[in-house]
Amino acid sequence: MRGRVLIVDDDTALSEMLSIVLRNEGYDTYLVATGDKAVPAFREFKPDLLLLDLMLPGMDGIDVCRAIRAESGVPIVMLTAKSDTVDVVLGLESGADDYVVKPFKPKELVARIRARLRRMDEPGPESLTIGDLTIDVAGHSVKRSGETIQLTPLEFDLLVCLASKPWQVFTREVLLEQVWGYRHAADTRLVNVHVQRLRSKIEKDPEHPEIVVTVRGVGYKAGAD
Amino acid sequence: MPEPLWRTHPRYWPDVWRRSIQARIVTGTLLMSTVVLILVGWVMMSQVTDGVLESRRTSAQQEAVAQLKSLSSSINAADPTMLNQNLSQLVLGSNRSGLYETVLIPTDDADSTLIRTTGLVESDSVPHELKSSVSTDDTKLWDTYTKINYSGGKSEPGLAIGSQVRVNTTGQRYEVYFLFPLTAQKETLDVVQRALVTAGLLLVVLLGAVAWLVTRQVVTPVRMARRIAERLAAGRLEERMQVRGTDDLARLAVSFNKMASNLQQQIRRLEELSRLQRRFVSDVSHELRTPLTTVRMAADLLHETRDEFDPITKRSVELLQNELNRFEELLADLLEISRFDAGAAALDLEDVDLRDIVARVLENHETLLLRKGCEVQLDMPESCRAQVDSRRIERILRNLIGNAIEHSEGQPIRISTAYDEDAAAVAVRDHGVGFRAEEAEMVFSRFWRADPARARTTGGTGLGLSIALEDARLHGGRLDAWGSPGEGAYFRLTLPRRPDVALTGSPLPARPTDTSRVVSESLVDVGAPYQKLTGGES
Repeated sequence: MRGRVLIVDDDTALSEMLSIVLRNEGYDTYLVATGDKAVPAFREFKPDLLLLDLMLPGMDGIDVCRAIRAESGVPIVMLTAKSDTVDVVLGLESGADDYVVKPFKPKELVARIRARLRRMDEPGPESLTIGDLTIDVAGHSVKRSGETIQLTPLEFDLLVCLASKPWQVFTREVLLEQVWGYRHAADTRLVNVHVQRLRSKIEKDPEHPEIVVTVRGVGYKAGAD
Repeated sequence: MPEPLWRTHPRYWPDVWRRSIQARIVTGTLLMSTVVLILVGWVMMSQVTDGVLESRRTSAQQEAVAQLKSLSSSINAADPTMLNQNLSQLVLGSNRSGLYETVLIPTDDADSTLIRTTGLVESDSVPHELKSSVSTDDTKLWDTYTKINYSGGKSEPGLAIGSQVRVNTTGQRYEVYFLFPLTAQKETLDVVQRALVTAGLLLVVLLGAVAWLVTRQVVTPVRMARRIAERLAAGRLEERMQVRGTDDLARLAVSFNKMASNLQQQIRRLEELSRLQRRFVSDVSHELRTPLTTVRMAADLLHETRDEFDPITKRSVELLQNELNRFEELLADLLEISRFDAGAAALDLEDVDLRDIVARVLENHETLLLRKGCEVQLDMPESCRAQVDSRRIERILRNLIGNAIEHSEGQPIRISTAYDEDAAAVAVRDHGVGFRAEEAEMVFSRFWRADPARARTTGGTGLGLSIALEDARLHGGRLDAWGSPGEGAYFRLTLPRRPDVALTGSPLPARPTDTSRVVSESLVDVGAPYQKLTGGES
């Protein structure tokens, strides 16, 4: 068993097919067809990852995403039929870690799921300091003057990635590869939205970030100075 | 509303003249009324003058006849030998009333000492023409207008009446002239003239003012209509004209407002249609994509295990897989096109180096490059930065470079970048079959294929270049195609480096520089006018 995946999609054929593909890959799956049943099922099934359709009867996918994000940092991958910026950004801002646009190739989906379930396994330092933040890499926690800041695993990975080399400027493409596990550059909107969300949690003033700094025209770096 | 004439610089007066009906009408009215009034004044003045002078002339003639008679009798009654000595007396005697002056000149004697005048009047007040008339014809009374000169240097206008007096006994002739001053008449005429001129000037000013007021009545609503029309054109569809009364101008306002309402209605309707269209696209996208995803996954599953099937089933699975790929591409392209059609495409600008995008596209096309055995020459000397939607630019370049590789026929393709102050450009050159002049205009058409039979096997949806063109347009950029049979093709993408810049040219040439001989070349400029779409909702 490689992991437990909760699939929330109103299209039963697609759900079943997803289930077949994922079970084939060795994942345990659980299917939910409506939005309002998603949160109770999430609590009961305790998945390692959530596959969430954005258009759902009962409760909108965006709302489901927000509700689950409020109580858990479990990776959420959105399934969306719309690739327009507004829809994608809305989904990402409501808490999704990644998204796949229908119609997707099964391999692509599995790759994303693997990337999201993969922990940062390369051996690194035990703890990092960036600005006034202390990052306990092994213990997966971030503290500011003794107070823990709640981050999702993805946000944590993003912060660790930037903080591990504070002198280096990361392009969005590099971040996509290191944090999201994309081989080929995909959508840099992913990076933009998640940097915003990370900032809103760790920066004292997200409008004037000091920890994750934008390098115009290039990308981001951890503001060590 | 144009500035009033007096507040503008004289340099702009021709402009005001051309643009303002009011200025033209007022000026025209002033000119015409001035001409008419001058004519009328002239006619009136000459009639009044004639009337006044004629009555004075008649009375003067009567007076002159009477005086002539008495002078003639007193001259004849006087002693002829003493006549020359008594002439002054006689002349004075003929002029007791003092209303006129008398000049007596002997006709046959050139001795000027014999000339007698009354008062201080000078004898040269009598015009020569009158003198010659009187001296040659002694039967008639002659008269003419003249200037009466006095010895003190003063003068006044007057009427000269002259005739001959003959001394019956000696036959000596004297010319007698009566000079009637016309100062009173002249003063009267001056007053009349002044009154006429004043009245004329007042009339002209009044007419100008009336013309100004009347045209204002007409022009003001017209100008208002123009302002409202400009606002309507600027998109403020709720603007309407004020309607006052029921006259022609009010009806103009009513019709204008009706037109505006109809326009607004039409635009609303089209907006609604466009909204529905976008909604439809969005719905179709969701409704089609979900089942397609399922089919796709099932097909992939089958495809992976195809080696376990018998050859017929295996081939069927392969066909299914291939056609599903095409179906997917086609659907994606169709949805993209309808998004452009609905005006729902929006730009997501960021500052990027176009060379990075080229490199990424080449990386994606690696397998195709290897399969075609195609060499790529890069002419990208410097970093070429621009604010663009990198996803869309990557799609354009993927298309152009993909096409170039497809049609390379083993010859190298060349990719160049360049930039200047305002624009950045990428050009892709291949040396394949190229296209004919008449085909050049078609390459950007939807579902157009250079060679229908061939294209089916090389794939592509037939929408690639249409989408590329729309993407370029969305950026306010342009996409140009050049082709020549046997010489290959050349596509040039030019983009403004900042969204607020309007393109004027391109840093790269419109046609390749490496063509040696060109049999029939064609250059399509599908660019202008590249109006930037306003990004609707997406």
